[in-house]
Amino acid sequence: MAYEAGAVVERAAGAVLARDRALPLAAALAPLFPTGGLQRGATVSVGAGPGGAPGATSLALALLSAPSAGGSWCAVVGVPELGFVAADQLGADLGHLVLVPTAGQKWPVVVGALLEGLDLVVLRLAAEPRPAAARRLAARAREQGAVLVVMGAAWPGVDVRLQVVATRWRGLQCGHGYLWGREMEVVASGRGAASRERRVQLSLGAGDLGTGGLGTGGLGTGGLLPMAAPPQPPVPRPLAAGGPTGLAS
Amino acid sequence: MRPVQPVQTGAGTASGEGTALAGEAGLPGVGAGPPGNGSEAPARTLVAICPDWAVIVAGRPPSAPVAVVSSNRVTCLSPAARAQGARVGQRRREAQARWPNLEILASDPGAEARCWEPVVAAVEAFAPGVEVLEPGQVALACLGPSRYFGGDRALALKVAAAVEGAVARVGHRPAAPADRPGASSGRGPDGQAASGWQGCCRVGVADGLPAAVLAAHLAGPGSPVVVPPGRNRDFLAPLPVSVLALSGLRQPGPARGAAEPAALVDLLVRLGVRSLGELAALPAPAVLGRFGAEGLWAHRFANGWPTRPLQPRPLPADWAVSERFDPPAEQAQAVAFVARALAERLQARLGREGLVCTRLAIEVETERGERLRRSWRQQGAIGAGAVAERARWQLEAWAQARREAGGAEAPSRAGTAKLSLVPEEVCPDDGLQLGLWGQEVGVAGRVARALARVQGLLGPGAVLNGVLQGGRDYAGQVRLAPWEGPAPGHVPAPAASLAPPWPGRLPGLAPALVHRPPLVAQVTDRAGQALSVSGRGLLSAPPAWLVVGDGRGARRSAVVAWGGPWPVEERWWDGGGRRRARLQVCTAGGGAYLLAREQGRWWVEATYD
Repeated sequence: MAYEAGAVVERAAGAVLARDRALPLAAALAPLFPTGGLQRGATVSVGAGPGGAPGATSLALALLSAPSAGGSWCAVVGVPELGFVAADQLGADLGHLVLVPTAGQKWPVVVGALLEGLDLVVLRLAAEPRPAAARRLAARAREQGAVLVVMGAAWPGVDVRLQVVATRWRGLQCGHGYLWGREMEVVASGRGAASRERRVQLSLGAGDLGTGGLGTGGLGTGGLLPMAAPPQPPVPRPLAAGGPTGLAS
Repeated sequence: MRPVQPVQTGAGTASGEGTALAGEAGLPGVGAGPPGNGSEAPARTLVAICPDWAVIVAGRPPSAPVAVVSSNRVTCLSPAARAQGARVGQRRREAQARWPNLEILASDPGAEARCWEPVVAAVEAFAPGVEVLEPGQVALACLGPSRYFGGDRALALKVAAAVEGAVARVGHRPAAPADRPGASSGRGPDGQAASGWQGCCRVGVADGLPAAVLAAHLAGPGSPVVVPPGRNRDFLAPLPVSVLALSGLRQPGPARGAAEPAALVDLLVRLGVRSLGELAALPAPAVLGRFGAEGLWAHRFANGWPTRPLQPRPLPADWAVSERFDPPAEQAQAVAFVARALAERLQARLGREGLVCTRLAIEVETERGERLRRSWRQQGAIGAGAVAERARWQLEAWAQARREAGGAEAPSRAGTAKLSLVPEEVCPDDGLQLGLWGQEVGVAGRVARALARVQGLLGPGAVLNGVLQGGRDYAGQVRLAPWEGPAPGHVPAPAASLAPPWPGRLPGLAPALVHRPPLVAQVTDRAGQALSVSGRGLLSAPPAWLVVGDGRGARRSAVVAWGGPWPVEERWWDGGGRRRARLQVCTAGGGAYLLAREQGRWWVEATYD
């Protein structure tokens, strides 16, 4: 009897719960996912909502920030103009981030190879993929336990769909100030447990604000970055009167 | 610098012979200049040569007509013999027939190398990093010594004086070479004959070793040739292409014979490319396509670009292992199976030498005689399993490429006839340090395989690693480099420090998309007039409209908020400076952009996506 009980305990300890099979996620993004984590094997699409607000790239970088900082390997495919400084501001570890600027016509093979070895692959597509290729890659992600994040084009059969429905900029006025933060409203939908729509206010700030780059909103206090006291930055001043003139214009 | 004169001492001939001894290989690694120089300009190098070294070693005065021969060819002449008209590279019999008074000596490479050693030591006494190219030629990296001794010319004169002083001392105690019965007249017994050799040393200073060797050959007694930094191209332009065949200009590589530069010179001359300036004017891809790596080297050299050798350390060819397939193998899997066995053999052989292979070329010969080769580099040793995997990926990638290129005629059925593994770079086996808890090891191997596979599909430059560095704009704050390995020490080193102040660097939110090169934009005010920025950094009017892109893809949106302009001036102290003014704008659609005004136009430097 004691022997059988021991076997049961052993089996239970060997089982992996779904919530353990997840990549870490920035706390502000956790409400977007039903389990509160980035489920391994999932396919996530990131894009603009009906309002057509920009912010997909920042959201994708925010998704990979916590995994890369936790030691998981991430790749970005098809974004030659990726801003590494922004990734660093959002908390990503550039030592665990590789960029494949352009994959051309071979992107299904490239993404398949990356899903075999890496933990998270962000893919930007110019055109909608063929359903067969999309299905194959989603299956590859599922069996390898990697996360595929797609943006730029519609992807058939995603598990979680993130849409940026509104974005607001902080810091820039008419003729003065500079951008030091932004707010995004993100709506998550999907299938299965993710089918219930979730809406989250995100605030992204520069790392020097002490907010860790990524915050969350909607907690009654506003939760957004304070508007009242923006930090005094070393804004570059116009040329002094005695300086060289004749700026190329 | 004195005017360039035609190359003397037979270097202008296409015979492939230099003025000093041929055949003595220099120290490895000299051809690249001092290591760690990156892709920037080649290091300042000083070369001192004694063109008549073999005659000096033989203990003959400059006034005696002497020729030193090796393999029945003249390799070195005394000034008196040159004045009579003899040439380096002539047959011994011809020289004897035309100038019966010419004294013929057999060359003695051992004695020449031995006697050169004190000369090198004399130079080394005041300048570090001296390297012997061959007996009679010495090179040193001269940036530091030049500053210390007051300029390239002062250093060159000092080196010449040191060399000549040492040469004079050599003459008083000669290496007493034995008489050779083969030579018509043996070396004389007189040991104090090395007088009158003042001015035997020629010194040249230029960027990089090959140009410095050439400058030294063009120098005269007491008048060194100093090529100003960055002016290699101007210096080389009037010279004939035949100087490429000069010995000592380029280190002999493992795959190159001595005849190759001469063949290249011959071909260039027949095609009508007579001077290095004409060669430099040709487009590089065309030169590579027509003349191969040798031609590309010559082209880079003629342009004054750095010419680092592709293989820094030559390896013995017999370390390669290969296997023939009979009948040819059709399946990549079968080849991979053999690759594994070969890799184990190679590993065992290198292991006996205490070496591991860090760069390995997998070469496949198909039954139709095609040769496909790719080099793989890895941090640490490349295991047998990894080699097998790479061989399979490589074959699959090529099969796919053939299918895509060939279309219907199914040329992918070219079986593998021979597989070779060639170690290209080895290092002492000092083991690979594993993490203390072992968690990263398996992951790193998995990641390395996946990324190596992508590199096999798209090329080694297709997977990039970024590291932050100091810079004024967002593109300059990142250094991208091809991915080399999962070890943390393998991320590229930043080229510029983060620490110093970078005036003009923007604070606040960083853009998620940085356009390289920037996109074309138009900014107009409320009346539709194009905006400009005055010399004092002021906008002509508040911006009202922004058009990103041009042509059919242009998008127009209203500006709702803006900040700036912030002028940036870079490197105004030298010629490569740029001035621009930057502007941040938010548009009605929710977009935010970083704009720049430069050269009278507006650009989108980055998008806050």
